[in-house]
Amino acid sequence: MKTVINNYIREEMFPNIWCPGCGNGIVLGAIIRAIDDLKWDKNKIAMISGIGCSSRITGYVDFCTMNTTHGRALPFATGIKMANPNMKVVVVMGDGDCSAIGGNHFIHAARRNIDLTAIIINNMIYGMTGGQYSPLTPTKKFGTTAPYGNIDQSFDLVKLAKAAGASYVARGTVYHVRQLTSLIKKALNKKGFSVVEIISDCPISYGKMNKMRTVVDMLKWIKDMSVSKKAWEDLSPEEKKEKFVIGEFLDIDRPDYTELYSKVMEEAQKMGVSR
Amino acid sequence: MSKKITALTGNEAVAYAIKQINPDVMAAYPITPQTALVQKFSEYVADGLVDTEFITVESEHSAMSACVGAAAAGGRVMTATSANGLALMFEIVYIAASNRLPIVMSVVNRALSAPINIHCDHSDTMGARDSGWIQLYSENAQEAYDNTIQAIRIAEHMEVRLPVMVMQDGFITSHGIDCVEFIDDEKVTKFIGKYQPRYPLLDVNHPVTYGPLDLYDYYFEHKRQQAEAIKKSQKVVVEVGNEFKQISGREYGLFEEYHLSDAERAIVALSSTAGTAKQVVDELRAKGEKVGLLKLRLFRPFPYQEIIQALSHLKAIAILDRSDSFGGFGGPLFTEIRSALLESEKIPQNVNYIYGLGGRDINQVDITSIYADLENIVKKGKVEERIKYLGVRE
Ligand SMILES: Cc1ncc(C[n+]2csc(CCOP(=O)(O)OP(=O)(O)O)c2C)c(N)n1
Ligand code: SF4
Repeated sequence: MKTVINNYIREEMFPNIWCPGCGNGIVLGAIIRAIDDLKWDKNKIAMISGIGCSSRITGYVDFCTMNTTHGRALPFATGIKMANPNMKVVVVMGDGDCSAIGGNHFIHAARRNIDLTAIIINNMIYGMTGGQYSPLTPTKKFGTTAPYGNIDQSFDLVKLAKAAGASYVARGTVYHVRQLTSLIKKALNKKGFSVVEIISDCPISYGKMNKMRTVVDMLKWIKDMSVSKKAWEDLSPEEKKEKFVIGEFLDIDRPDYTELYSKVMEEAQKMGVSR
Repeated sequence: MSKKITALTGNEAVAYAIKQINPDVMAAYPITPQTALVQKFSEYVADGLVDTEFITVESEHSAMSACVGAAAAGGRVMTATSANGLALMFEIVYIAASNRLPIVMSVVNRALSAPINIHCDHSDTMGARDSGWIQLYSENAQEAYDNTIQAIRIAEHMEVRLPVMVMQDGFITSHGIDCVEFIDDEKVTKFIGKYQPRYPLLDVNHPVTYGPLDLYDYYFEHKRQQAEAIKKSQKVVVEVGNEFKQISGREYGLFEEYHLSDAERAIVALSSTAGTAKQVVDELRAKGEKVGLLKLRLFRPFPYQEIIQALSHLKAIAILDRSDSFGGFGGPLFTEIRSALLESEKIPQNVNYIYGLGGRDINQVDITSIYADLENIVKKGKVEERIKYLGVRE
């Protein structure tokens, strides 16, 4: 059966490498549906990814794509956007990619408010390398490098993105697919740095290490742990532990970097700056 | 005492060596194909079998930085990486050597991006060949284990005090199951001895500084001393190898000569390819062909005098490089050996084969064809094509 998805993928690249039930496929579907809703010309979209299971996404979509290095998708994307501000630039990263090795780039992209959409597939673990804990692994959860539970405090990507200067920040999950598609759509449409963190499942590494061996167990857990913004406010700090709040957290308008850049160029020209 | 042989991968063998070494600090970041090595070691840490401070950093740049900090503080420090991980460390890799910090790093060789490839070639460590690190290449899991233990002694030798990289081939050695004979814990502990840090930062009664600004007034002298130190390490590599034989019964020198002394044609190779070549040498020898092999173990410092001695009697040699030096005149091993041979009175005919990039398999048929090519060269008395690419579609 052909669906709208088939119009945007490189069919010859399938089957994909993802494990059965991996959340990455759900995210792929959600991104494509959001783009289809927006009626964007697929040749004017650049999708950039880093390294990780999630980053393999750029092999499967029929946009202009680039699979870069671990942690550096945002700087590559920044270069592309600066060179061609008319391009719609979407960046897909894993939680390790975005918040560990590439953490520095994430805060600076937000600070500049460059017009990119950053989609972070947060499976709370380094999936590709076999389940080491990441900066987004919740405290006390297990990873292959934390066989007795993780003692680190994890980042809250929503707060981090807001504090660093993003224009749009949302969190969705692979369980709440309709909501996810609409969050991605809004983020794509936003001028400025937009961030969607997606709580996703990795049954193979995270699930196995954390007593959720099946895909159903994982999705149930994601469902049970997700709380809407409204319900979140009524929870005690104790109840909030282990849970994640989902929805939209920031939607402001602030000049984006490419706009400021072209303005400064224009002014400099007017002033007749000589070289 | 009966010998204890265990079947395990190269990664597990090295993790076990590190367990026996019991370093003060290990800082690492996961990357295929090194991952299983560090993961295994992290289990030893979690199970309380070592006293090591295990630091799970957020990138390799931080891993090597943490190693430099810990080593300057006075600790015995180790790490492990592959490919892009090593590339990301690059800045600090030089700093480790220039600060004369005896860090030991296990490198599981893998091709560099782009395009993305996780399989074996030597472009990662060949890229670091001028960094001032000593480089030991291992043919199999046993050698990777043995070299790791010896590396501690080499690095920490008072006349050396330089970091050492110990290589094994990604997947081929790191993930293949092999037979490894371990040395007893007490023997390893005794062999490596207690670490005596020099100028440790933690010695607060004798404050020192590491890595300050050093311009045209002294920088050059410091570099000259560094050049001397790594040169001296060659002697130490041999001494440590001799001592190691006493506890292991296994022999380690600068390189291994396999049916070389009476050979007319030979191959020079690093790591696992040498194992495949030995098989071919055996087959051809059985047919009466005078072929041999030189398997280089120590690539940095480069033992050029000994190599000249070992090779100059040959009629023709093929130097095999599992990495390219784009735009150069041949691969790194080739340029090094060819340049060394200029010191020799008799220069054998020589040819370079670039092979196995990104994990492209090299098998006995390929190696047999190289010996056949050498036979042709001997017959014709000249080399028609100096630099060749083996098994590539063109
Ligand atoms: C410089 C560098 N260091 C390490 C790696 C190895 N590596 C590949 S993917 C990955 C982590 C993947 O985790 P994440 O970013 O969370 O993505 P996921 O696989 O879970 O989608 C690591 C450490 C690499 N490719 N490059
Ligand atoms: S390891 Fe985890 S993240 Fe990677 S494809 Fe499998 S389920 Fe997905």
